[in-house]
Amino acid sequence: MNSYDAIVIGAGHNGLTNAAYLAKSGLKVLIVERNPYIGGASVSRELHEGWIYTNCSYVSSLLRPEIYRDLNLAKHGLQVVPFGGGVTLTQSGDYLGSYSNDEARRREYARHSLHDADALDRFSTDVMRYCRFIRPFLLRTPADPTSFRPRDLSELFFLGKKLYELGEEELYEFIRFFTMSIAEFLDEYFECELVKAALSGSGLIGTALGPYSPGTAYVLLHHYMGDIDGNVGEWGLARGGMGSIAKALAGALQEHGGEIRTGAPVAQIRVRNARTKGVVLEGGEEIDAPIVVSNLDAKRTFLTIMDPKDLPDEVLERARNFKITGSSGKLNIALDGRPEFPQLPAGCPLLKGDLHITENFEQLERGYDDWKNGTWSKWPYVDMMIPTLTDPTMAPPGKHMMSIFVQHCPATLADGGWTPDKREAFGQTVIDAIATFSPNFKDLILHTEIRTPHEIEAEVGLTAGNIFQGDLSFDQLMFNRPFPGYAQYRGPVKGMYMCGSTTHPGGGVSAAPGTNAAREILADLGRKNITPEDFGDD
Amino acid sequence: MRAQYDKEHFRQHSLPTPFHPRLAELSQGSSWHCWKGHLSPAYFENVELEYFAIRNACSVMDLSPMCKYRIRGQDAEAFFDRMVTRDMSKLKPGRVGYSVWCNDQGKVIDDGTIFRFAEHDYRLCAYERQYEWLKISAAGFEVDITEQTEEIAALTVQGPTSFAVLNKMDLPGLETLKPFGIMHFPYHGGELMVSRTGFTADLGYELWVEASKALTLWDELFEAGRHHGIRAIGTDALDIARVEAGFIQAADDFTPANHTIRKDHDRSPFEIGLGWLVNLEKPNFTGRKALIREKEKGSRYRLVKLDIDGNKPAHASYIFHDRKKLAGAVTSAVWSPTCKQNIALASLEVAADHPLDDLWAEVYYQRELHWNRVWLRCRVQDKPFWNPPRRRATPPGLF
Ligand SMILES: Cc1cc2nc3c(=O)[nH]c(=O)nc-3n(C[C@H](O)[C@H](O)[C@H](O)COP(=O)(O)OP(=O)(O)OC[C@H]3O[C@@H](n4cnc5c(N)ncnc54)[C@H](O)[C@@H]3O)c2cc1C
Repeated sequence: MNSYDAIVIGAGHNGLTNAAYLAKSGLKVLIVERNPYIGGASVSRELHEGWIYTNCSYVSSLLRPEIYRDLNLAKHGLQVVPFGGGVTLTQSGDYLGSYSNDEARRREYARHSLHDADALDRFSTDVMRYCRFIRPFLLRTPADPTSFRPRDLSELFFLGKKLYELGEEELYEFIRFFTMSIAEFLDEYFECELVKAALSGSGLIGTALGPYSPGTAYVLLHHYMGDIDGNVGEWGLARGGMGSIAKALAGALQEHGGEIRTGAPVAQIRVRNARTKGVVLEGGEEIDAPIVVSNLDAKRTFLTIMDPKDLPDEVLERARNFKITGSSGKLNIALDGRPEFPQLPAGCPLLKGDLHITENFEQLERGYDDWKNGTWSKWPYVDMMIPTLTDPTMAPPGKHMMSIFVQHCPATLADGGWTPDKREAFGQTVIDAIATFSPNFKDLILHTEIRTPHEIEAEVGLTAGNIFQGDLSFDQLMFNRPFPGYAQYRGPVKGMYMCGSTTHPGGGVSAAPGTNAAREILADLGRKNITPEDFGDD
Repeated sequence: MRAQYDKEHFRQHSLPTPFHPRLAELSQGSSWHCWKGHLSPAYFENVELEYFAIRNACSVMDLSPMCKYRIRGQDAEAFFDRMVTRDMSKLKPGRVGYSVWCNDQGKVIDDGTIFRFAEHDYRLCAYERQYEWLKISAAGFEVDITEQTEEIAALTVQGPTSFAVLNKMDLPGLETLKPFGIMHFPYHGGELMVSRTGFTADLGYELWVEASKALTLWDELFEAGRHHGIRAIGTDALDIARVEAGFIQAADDFTPANHTIRKDHDRSPFEIGLGWLVNLEKPNFTGRKALIREKEKGSRYRLVKLDIDGNKPAHASYIFHDRKKLAGAVTSAVWSPTCKQNIALASLEVAADHPLDDLWAEVYYQRELHWNRVWLRCRVQDKPFWNPPRRRATPPGLF
C-alpha cells in the first residue's frame, strides 16, 4: 500500500503539525523524514550518555497555545516551563540582570541608569502594542493584496482594522519600526550602552545583520510576540528539550492514524500533467499521493526536490533569489557540575535565564564585521542557557547541560569551506570567551557538540543553516513570504504545498505555518476547517 | 543618573521604607504589599478602625514610596509651565499646586503635587515614576532634575486632631499655615518640611524629612499624639477616604498614557474630571493643541461621582442608561462610613450634553458563595462626597 491521501516531506515540527491536522481531518497521511529521528530544528538527542541536548532550538515562546491545546500536546507529554529572567555580564565584573520580578528588574536597570529604568516602561508598552497588532495574524493566512477574491478582501479589511486600532501616532511609529535597525529603535528609549546591548539581542538572533542594520527592529518583535500562558514575550523551556515538542506533535499525529517514516530522504516530488503525483525517495521507492506538502525551506523545496521543468520560471527565479543567510552556530555541552559565574551574587536566580556577554553595540557590530569578512565572530554574541538548572530530565542530578547559541558565524568562510579543524577552532573561540567569566567552566566539560551553519545545513537541512528557513526581512514577511503570489501555502503545481517556517509567520517553533498550511489544504479539498482559531486575546 | 542599589537587592523585591521598623512593630496583619517597590501595609490592625482615625482623630500613613523629584534651576518655573496643564506662574514660593501633565496627544501621563520651595526650587510628587518624562520635558530648559524618592521620608498626618498633635511638636507658626502652604522647621540638625496637603479632604498635613530622621520623627509624632487618638493606618483606609473626597488615583481611575497599549484606553484631563486644571490660555504646554481640539470636538469619556442606592458597593460594576444601554463602568467604589452613602467614581462614555439622570449600576455581590445581582439607581454628584469646613479653617481647630 504505497499510496496516501497526503505526504508531508520532513518531520520538522511544522511538518508534524501539518500532518497531524490532515490526519485529524481523516486523511491518510504519511510523513517522510530524511534523518533517523524526527523534529528538524526542534529536536533533543542524547549524544553523550546520560545527557540530553536540545541540539538546535532551546527555548519556547512562539508555540501557539491554540495548537498546544487543540492537539492535546500536554497529553502527549509536552510541558513548557518558564524560566524567567536573564543577564548580561560585563568584562568589568558588573552585569545587568533582567529579573522576572518587575521591581527587581527596574532596580537593576536603575543601577545602571535611572532614565532607562523608567524608559523600560515606555519601551515595553510600545513593544506590547506592536505584539498586540501582530499576534492575531499568526494563525491567519496572509491576504493576497493583488487578488480581489472576497476572502482576500476581507483579510485586507482585517489588516486595515488592526492598523486603525493602533491609533494615529502609533501607526506612524509602527511603520517606521518595520524598517528600523534595532540600535536606532533602542536609541529612542535608552541611554545606557549596556541596557541597549542587552535588549538588542532579540533583534539579532538568527539574522546575518548587525545592530545598525535596517530591519533588525522587527526581528526583536518576532522574539517578543509569543507567550507562555498569556504572558506575552515570556520564554520557557520545553521539559526534555525542544524535541519534546516534536515528540508530542508526533503523538498527536499517530493518535489520528498518521504514519511517520524516518531515514527516508525524498529525492523528488513527482509531477505529472502539472499535478502532484507523490514522491520518490532517494533509494528509488515511489510513494503516491495527490497532495504533497514540503516542510523544507523554499530554496531546498524548489531547487533540490523539484524538477525545474515542472516549475514556472518565476518560481525558480524567486527561489534562487530567496534570502536565506547563515549566521548562527550552536554548542551543546555536557558538564560534570555546575559552572560558577562569580560575578553574580550567590543564589542569584539570573543564572537560570539566558546569559550574555556582549555589552555594547560596538562589540555586536564588530561581530557582524567578522561575519562579513568571512570568519566567525571573535567575541561572539551568545545566548546561553543552563536548562538543567530548571529541567531535571536532561542530565544526571548535580550534572549540567549547557546550550550556547552563537551569532555571526558564516555559512562559508573567506578561506574556503568549513573543516573539522575550523569547527573545533570556532567552538574553542566560544568556550574561551565564556571561560573568562566562569573559572571552572572548561574543567567541567565532558563532551561538546559543535554546530556551525555547515552542520546545521547538513544535519538539519536548513539551507545555509538559516534558523528561520529564510531571512525575516520585510520583503520576505506576510504576503511576501516566501515569495509574492505564493504566500498562501500553495505551491506552483496543483496538489503541492509548503508548510515550513519558510512561509508565514516565519521561523521559530510556533507550529503556525504547519497549521495555516493545513487549513488551506483542507479548504482546497472541500473539507471542514478543523484548525484552531486564534484565542482572540484583546 | 544611577540609583545606588546594592547588587543584592534582588533578595527582597520590595524595599523597606525609612519607617519600616515602626511599621513592622505595629503591623498585626502582615498585610504588606508592594507600592512602587516598597513595603507598604494595606492595614495594621483593622481597616475600619484605621479609617475612623482619619475622620475622627489623627491618622498617620507612611507616604515615602511616593515618587519624588527635585527640580532646580533658573528655568524651573518655565519648565513646569511648559510641562503641566495649569498656569504655574500663579504658584508662589511656599505653596503647593496639584496638577496633571499630558503627552502631545493630550493624554494624561500622571497627576501629582508640585511644591515650590523657592523661586528656582521645586519638588514634584507623583504616583508614577517620572524621571524619564521629566528629562524628556526638560529639553531646552536650564533645570537640574534629581530623583529623591529614597532620600526623603514622608508621613501623611490626617484628621481633625492632626493640628493638635503637630502643635505639640514645637513647630512655631504652624497655626497660620493655610491649605496648600509649606513651612520649614529646623529639625535635629536637619529640616522638617510641613505642607498642609493630603488625600482625604480633611484637616491634615504631610511631613517630609531626610530619611535618616524618619524614626525620630515617627517617635516624636506618636509621643505628641498620645492623647489625641493618633493611629498608624495602611493604604486601605486612605483609599476609602480619598473616594469620599472625590480624588482620583492613577492606575485605578485612569491608565497613565505611558502604560496604555490599547487605542483610546488613555484619558485626557477633561475625561477624568480634571478639566479645571487645564489652562488653554497658556501659550504653550505639552498637549495643548490636542486639548484645544478636544475642547472643540467634545470629549469621549467623562468621570463622574455617583451616589448609588442601597448599601452594596458597586465594585467594577457596569453602568447603564435606563438599565439598557451601556454607559460605562465603575473605577472605584466604597461604602462611605462617614456619609453613610454608597459611593463610586465611574468612567462613562457619554457625550457632554447627554443627560445623566437615568443611570443604573448592575451590582453583583456574594453571600456565602452565592451570587446575587441587583440594579441600583445612581445619581451624579458634582461636589465631593465629604468636604468639611475644618479642612480649610485657619487657624485650624483642635478636633
Ligand atoms: C541553532 C538553532 C537554534 C534555534 N533556536 C530557537 C529557539 O530557541 N526557539 C525557537 O522558537 N526557534 C529556534 N530556532 C528556529 C526554529 O528551530 C526553526 O525555525 C524551526 O524549528 C523550523 O521548523 P520547521 O518545521 O519549519 O523546519 P525544520 O525543523 O527545518 O524541519 C525540516 C525537516 O525536513 C527534513 N528534511 C530536509 N530535507 C529532506 C528531504 N529531502 N527528505 C525528507 N526530509 C527532509 C529535515 O531533516 C527536517 O526534519 C532555532 C534554530 C536553530 C537552527
